[in-house]
Amino acid sequence: MKFRAKINDVGCLNHFTRVVNTITKLTKTCVVRLTVDNIFFVLSGKVANGGVSMWCELLQVNFFDEYQLEGVSEDANEICLEVNPENLSRALKTAQNAKSVKIKLTKKHYPCLTLAAELPSLSSISRIVTHDIPVDVIPRRLWHDFKEPSMPDFDVSIYLPPLKTMKSVVDRMKNLSNYLVVEANLCGEMNLKIETDLVSVTTHFKDLGNPPWGASQSQSQSRDVEAMAHARVDIRKLQQFLMGQQVNPTKSMCNIVDKRIIHLILLQEDVSLQYFIPAVV
Amino acid sequence: MDCVATGGNVKVLAKAIHSLSRIGEELYLEPTEDGLTLRAVNSSRSAFACFLMSPLFFQRYQAPPDQAFRCKMPIKSVQTVFRSLSSLERSVEKCRIEMNNQKSRLRITLHCKHGLLKTHNLSFQDCECLQAVFDKDNCTNVLRAQPRLWVDTVLHFPPSLEEVCVSVSSDRVWLRNHVEDDADSSKAMMTELCLSSEEFDHFVIGSQTSITFCLKELRGLLVFAETAGLPISMYFDEPGSPVVLSVSDSVLDANFVLATLSEDAHQRNNNKANRPRAELPPDDFMCDDIDSYLIAMETSDLAGPSYEPQPQTSSSNHKSRRLSDEEVDEKEEEEEESGEGQPNKKFCSLFFGSVLPASSRPTNQTMQSQEVLASDSEDERQSE
Repeated sequence: MKFRAKINDVGCLNHFTRVVNTITKLTKTCVVRLTVDNIFFVLSGKVANGGVSMWCELLQVNFFDEYQLEGVSEDANEICLEVNPENLSRALKTAQNAKSVKIKLTKKHYPCLTLAAELPSLSSISRIVTHDIPVDVIPRRLWHDFKEPSMPDFDVSIYLPPLKTMKSVVDRMKNLSNYLVVEANLCGEMNLKIETDLVSVTTHFKDLGNPPWGASQSQSQSRDVEAMAHARVDIRKLQQFLMGQQVNPTKSMCNIVDKRIIHLILLQEDVSLQYFIPAVV
Repeated sequence: MDCVATGGNVKVLAKAIHSLSRIGEELYLEPTEDGLTLRAVNSSRSAFACFLMSPLFFQRYQAPPDQAFRCKMPIKSVQTVFRSLSSLERSVEKCRIEMNNQKSRLRITLHCKHGLLKTHNLSFQDCECLQAVFDKDNCTNVLRAQPRLWVDTVLHFPPSLEEVCVSVSSDRVWLRNHVEDDADSSKAMMTELCLSSEEFDHFVIGSQTSITFCLKELRGLLVFAETAGLPISMYFDEPGSPVVLSVSDSVLDANFVLATLSEDAHQRNNNKANRPRAELPPDDFMCDDIDSYLIAMETSDLAGPSYEPQPQTSSSNHKSRRLSDEEVDEKEEEEEESGEGQPNKKFCSLFFGSVLPASSRPTNQTMQSQEVLASDSEDERQSE
């Protein structure tokens, strides 16, 4: 297994840092899958993390100037590592104005992702800072846990309102209840609701639009366009998602499987982030 | 005692108090002919800080005639006086510190704009003279750099990091986080920063060595040095003997004396850290070959247990984190600086002249005014 990548461009470095920061806000540990073309940050839905799962995908060419990878074997040319994203994010933070940043898989006393940054200095010799981030190498027989989640057979898919707006609504609702109902229909309407013994609050969003997913999503074709699909979710999980995101997506949408799950998608040219929050009864 | 500081010096005074507050709970104040000294020591006596503001620092400076007055007070109460630095800068024109002997109060008066006067009367206790024994002029290694360099350096380490290890060679300095032997090192992120000697204003290395000391106090001094814009010098010898961080200009002098991790504990850590470095060419960053980072691992097994720490990390004699209070008491009675032969103690306590017979200690210039305290009442009367 060999992995080495290098970023020379400050823009790319900032972009990569923002992606990692976003991941950091969503989870304490995650799996980094390195393939020849992509880097994936994966969280598979375990009961311990509230059944939430995440899938973030980057095209490596858009971030790295150099990228060399030799996977576990020829037929499985990839590397799977368990990482604490906070370490990665902290390491990147200290490399903010670096001339170049290198990320390598190394073996110290334990396997590490080593991030080395060449920083400007007062002299002709650059300052070099290296961070050894401990990782666990995930054996191949466990890889199946970290495959791309299949798109759920959703009832309604809808574009999200500006995430900032949504965040300020959810932040306020969180003071009143632990659970929030997300509901939407095929007329571009979405409601965020909380219901407690004392109070019911609903925020209505209109004219959001429904993404065209083609004929493959048969379930939504035969649906009454005004009927709401809804899912009741842990409000903290949704808030975490809205709070943490730093990627400024060009498109953001939400798929709802009635009473089962919400599937949030953020899209940018070279990054996509999917986040699944299971519904609770 | 009566002294008046004006303008920017009020802020310098305030910053000095703030950085002392990072060291200990109490402020030791002693006006002498050489100036006003402000001192603090931490509870385990492994860190000591001393500011000397010379008479020229003040617009007016009047020391008590008999030189015998010294006192201490909770540093929090003094900090309260200088709490907001920004408002201090905006509104305070001068600051007067005087001793009110009738009431046994230290009075600090802030003269603000528009004739506003803020007077604080602080109670105090008499105290022994507090002075660490150190001799920075004979240290073999001296590094001096602008505060900016130190700030940028410290920034790379997480705020939670307690100790940092500094290694020096003839042309480079390495800083890395120090991890306890018994800590689960496989979970901690290890950071190393390499600086060239060219970045330092002054760089004299007599012996290549590594020392480990607490970051907290360095951060405290940085608070001061950055505002004052003064370079910080670091004086040190071998592991186990104190490192002195010092800042000075024509009217003030600050020394922070910090214990360093003693030799045996350091040795192992040092081996660990130095080994990979010795193998690499100096500019490791520029000439890495992917093959040299080959990572050979059996991936069909679960990763966890198969990576055992290397032999040198096995901790046969683990060090306790800090001296407990009892240990400090013991220590104060001991005559010898006990770096060796106490494997269960991590940092050597610094020695303070006050707790020792003056004759039995090797003294240096900062210790000359050692005296046995006179009784309290006499003291006060004489200092009028």
